[in-house]
Amino acid sequence: MTLLFAAFFLFILGALLAVIPGRTAARAATLLGSGSAILGCLFGLIAAGQGLIAEGAETFSLPWSMPGGAFSLRLDGLSAFFLLLLFIVGLAGALYGAEYMKGGRERRRPGLHWTWYNLLILSMTLVVTAANGLLFLFAWECMSLTSFFLVINEYDLTEAVEAGWTYLLATHLGAAFLFAFFLSAGALSGSLEFASFQVLSQLTAPVASGFFLLLLVGFGSKAGIFPFHVWLPDAHPAAPSHVSALMSGVMVKTAIYGLLRLSAFLPVGPAWWGSLLMAIGIIGALFGITMAALQRDIKRSLAYSTVENIGIILLALGFWMHSRVNGHPLAAAFALAGGLIHLLNHALFKSLLFLGAGSLMHGSGSRNLNRMGGLMRRMPVTGLLIVCGGLAISALPPFNGLIGEWFIYRALLESGTVLSGLAGFFPLVLIGLLALVGGMVLIVMTRIIGIALAGEPRSPEAAKAREAGWPMGSAMAALALLCLTGGLMPVFLLQVAGRAATLIDPSAATILAGTTMAPWWLGIMAILLLVCILAAYLFLRWRQGRTPVPASATWGCGFAFPSSRMSYSAESFTELPQSAMFCSCLQPSTEDGREIGFFPEARRFAFAAPDPMLTRVFKPFFRWAAEVCSGFRGLQAGQLHVYLLYIFSATILLLVWVGQR
Amino acid sequence: MLELLLHLFLLLGLSPLLPGVIGKTKALFAGRTGPPFLQSYYDIWKLFGKGLVISRTTTWVFRAGPVVGLAVPVLAALLVPFGAISAPLSFTGDLIFFVYLFGLARFFTASAAMDTGSSFEGMGAAREVTFSCLAEPTVFFSFIVLARLSGSLALDTMFGPALYTAWQSAGPSLILVVACLFVVVLVENCRIPFDDPNTHLELTMIHEVMVLDHSGPDFGMILYGAAMKLFVLGALVVRLVFPGSTGNLLLDTLLFAGGMLLLAVVIGLVESTMARLRLLRVPQLLVGTMLLSFFSLILLLR
Repeated sequence: MTLLFAAFFLFILGALLAVIPGRTAARAATLLGSGSAILGCLFGLIAAGQGLIAEGAETFSLPWSMPGGAFSLRLDGLSAFFLLLLFIVGLAGALYGAEYMKGGRERRRPGLHWTWYNLLILSMTLVVTAANGLLFLFAWECMSLTSFFLVINEYDLTEAVEAGWTYLLATHLGAAFLFAFFLSAGALSGSLEFASFQVLSQLTAPVASGFFLLLLVGFGSKAGIFPFHVWLPDAHPAAPSHVSALMSGVMVKTAIYGLLRLSAFLPVGPAWWGSLLMAIGIIGALFGITMAALQRDIKRSLAYSTVENIGIILLALGFWMHSRVNGHPLAAAFALAGGLIHLLNHALFKSLLFLGAGSLMHGSGSRNLNRMGGLMRRMPVTGLLIVCGGLAISALPPFNGLIGEWFIYRALLESGTVLSGLAGFFPLVLIGLLALVGGMVLIVMTRIIGIALAGEPRSPEAAKAREAGWPMGSAMAALALLCLTGGLMPVFLLQVAGRAATLIDPSAATILAGTTMAPWWLGIMAILLLVCILAAYLFLRWRQGRTPVPASATWGCGFAFPSSRMSYSAESFTELPQSAMFCSCLQPSTEDGREIGFFPEARRFAFAAPDPMLTRVFKPFFRWAAEVCSGFRGLQAGQLHVYLLYIFSATILLLVWVGQR
Repeated sequence: MLELLLHLFLLLGLSPLLPGVIGKTKALFAGRTGPPFLQSYYDIWKLFGKGLVISRTTTWVFRAGPVVGLAVPVLAALLVPFGAISAPLSFTGDLIFFVYLFGLARFFTASAAMDTGSSFEGMGAAREVTFSCLAEPTVFFSFIVLARLSGSLALDTMFGPALYTAWQSAGPSLILVVACLFVVVLVENCRIPFDDPNTHLELTMIHEVMVLDHSGPDFGMILYGAAMKLFVLGALVVRLVFPGSTGNLLLDTLLFAGGMLLLAVVIGLVESTMARLRLLRVPQLLVGTMLLSFFSLILLLR
């Protein structure tokens, strides 16, 4: 706990110090802001490590004047698990941001940016350690607000501000459900302390289901689960890249934390809770990855991939709940382990990819894939690290992504191969759909790598791109190394996940502690794979000999003057899957004047893939709501005495109401 | 140890024979003499001795494609029983690893193709990843059928002695599985009706267009890797069709080798009698296969 308080202190110090230099001394502000964030994260990492190793929980309580209990914190296995990924990504982001904020558009206000960054990490730390409902909500709101200010970092761009407003609206609508949860839970238990929430386990099934749905909607809107994801693909790309990494890698996971932590107080629910989570999860995964394949903005594509991964995590957790109720402890344990491991892995590789995308933007000056190209030659280190991230997110060996998905598949197989009838049907369908999602992730990642990194530069800026400096490079390299370590040493991942699982499902944790063979095998296979690749490489070197390899032009089918305008674009890469696989409601809108005349004319082609949920459901709904509400505009007379009348009549009504009771 | 050596010997030694047998069958059907059976060996040997030219646009990713494409089938082969010869490596849940291992090869082949900057190779890469994406659920469903029948999640046991009794108890399911896995062999190895390895137009190719710019030892490794991939995936089908074991290692090996050659002849027959599908028909056929494999699973679920 002491180390955690030291981290708190450093974050607050950094937040205060970073604003002092103001606009003039940007360098000093960056140094102070990122320096304290790095130091704070280091302290926090040690604290999280201690929390993971130590048995039992550390608690801290300080009386305060707020209603509903004390300022109480609690650091146990589950908190430490989430703190671990928060501080790893926070550390990498702070290191990366120290260089990233120096150049480009972001240069103007680094001080204020670092204040929000430090406060965001601080509030997320509080979210995962809070043991009091009020403190939790307070930290939750701080997290939403600080990240809102980070999203609108470039407040002179309309799209950034619009993204910010959508985000603020979505996150507050979600928070309203959380308020409802905490108020009713507090009313039932008499206190907002988490310790007193134990009485919630006595609830009857219908009431508990109501609580569960409140949690699901409240946290779901933050986690970006389908269909509450609509803010996510706008907000994550608008922020600076290390903030996108922190938001996509960690902030959406705090919602999963909240769901796990608070639903643990409820009684073990009926099976349909799990089925609901699984259904939302798999729909979200399919939807997210389909939309990711259609985006030409690299960060939007990655943001949609976050929707997909959250879907997979939710699917695993739903399957855990479902199997636990139906008496399949082995499948439940594997599903829980798969969900938690995938959650940890996703934090690592998604932040790696967002940081990499930021470097590419830095180099090529655009977020548009079609303006990149040929960056692997110009930014070899960044390119290599993005390939590592791409392999990890596609769940390919020898990286960590496979481990989480392996456990999820394993859980589904465990029950799918034993159960018969409808009970066995659903896990089997999920396996097939998960395999489909896996194949589509490969499409998305080869597309990003093939269009952005490979080939010829597609714009003059991309041709002049230069490699990022060491702070950005080392932040990404550290994350890539962690991804590789996870793939080669899956035992660590399983142990960390097992510690987190002890709190929410002790019997699953016992089963996982006994599962030692599987992770070792996966690690051995990953090492064998590296050995095979090395052997093939040495064979090639031997056959190639020492003579230098002559280089020539790419075969252009006899065409003498190829240009980068002719190479495959981001849209053409997904044209085939789009026409063959995607359902019509997801189809992007294209506009091209392709009439054929006698003489060649100037042609334009426009392509847009807006979110169908946003354009077809949420926007019409809010437009309708605005129309209905505009009827009440007459109440707003703008005259003081009318308002005084309102206040007077409201007071009278309240008096009547109180008198009735 | 013996299994490991035998596996590697069969894989490395026998795999280039399959393209030769396919070619010979097709030639016989067309009334030609055709290239000799050992033509692939000659090709690979010659390419390993040749010089190398690479495109100016490319980076290490381009060179990684062939290397990974060769390494992956070797490792995958160690998870698969060759006939009655059991797999040297086997663990519970290795079927998931097996599927994703081939994903790794595909990732690098497609990225290497994109690395040349040619739009033809981009086309090939897009087609390859799309078709394989649709084939992946089929593989999983087929494997689950076998997992249910054998009660194990390791490929070695799934394709093990239990198959023999499974044919008697769940024949219809297994027939569907054989058909589905055969389609997977065809699509993953770019055979007719999904892709024509001998086509002369870059526009119509899938796999061949991805490797247009590879030359010399690089290309030799690609040919060798492709032959081994055909061998490994084909071994699954052969094992399904010949589930028995004679108890004699030599006889088992011969039976397996004979089965593989028979599979090559069947592929040659399919290639001689069918035309290549239109590109947009391919996903439909793959989805159909996926449903068929799921149907075979439903038969077991009742």
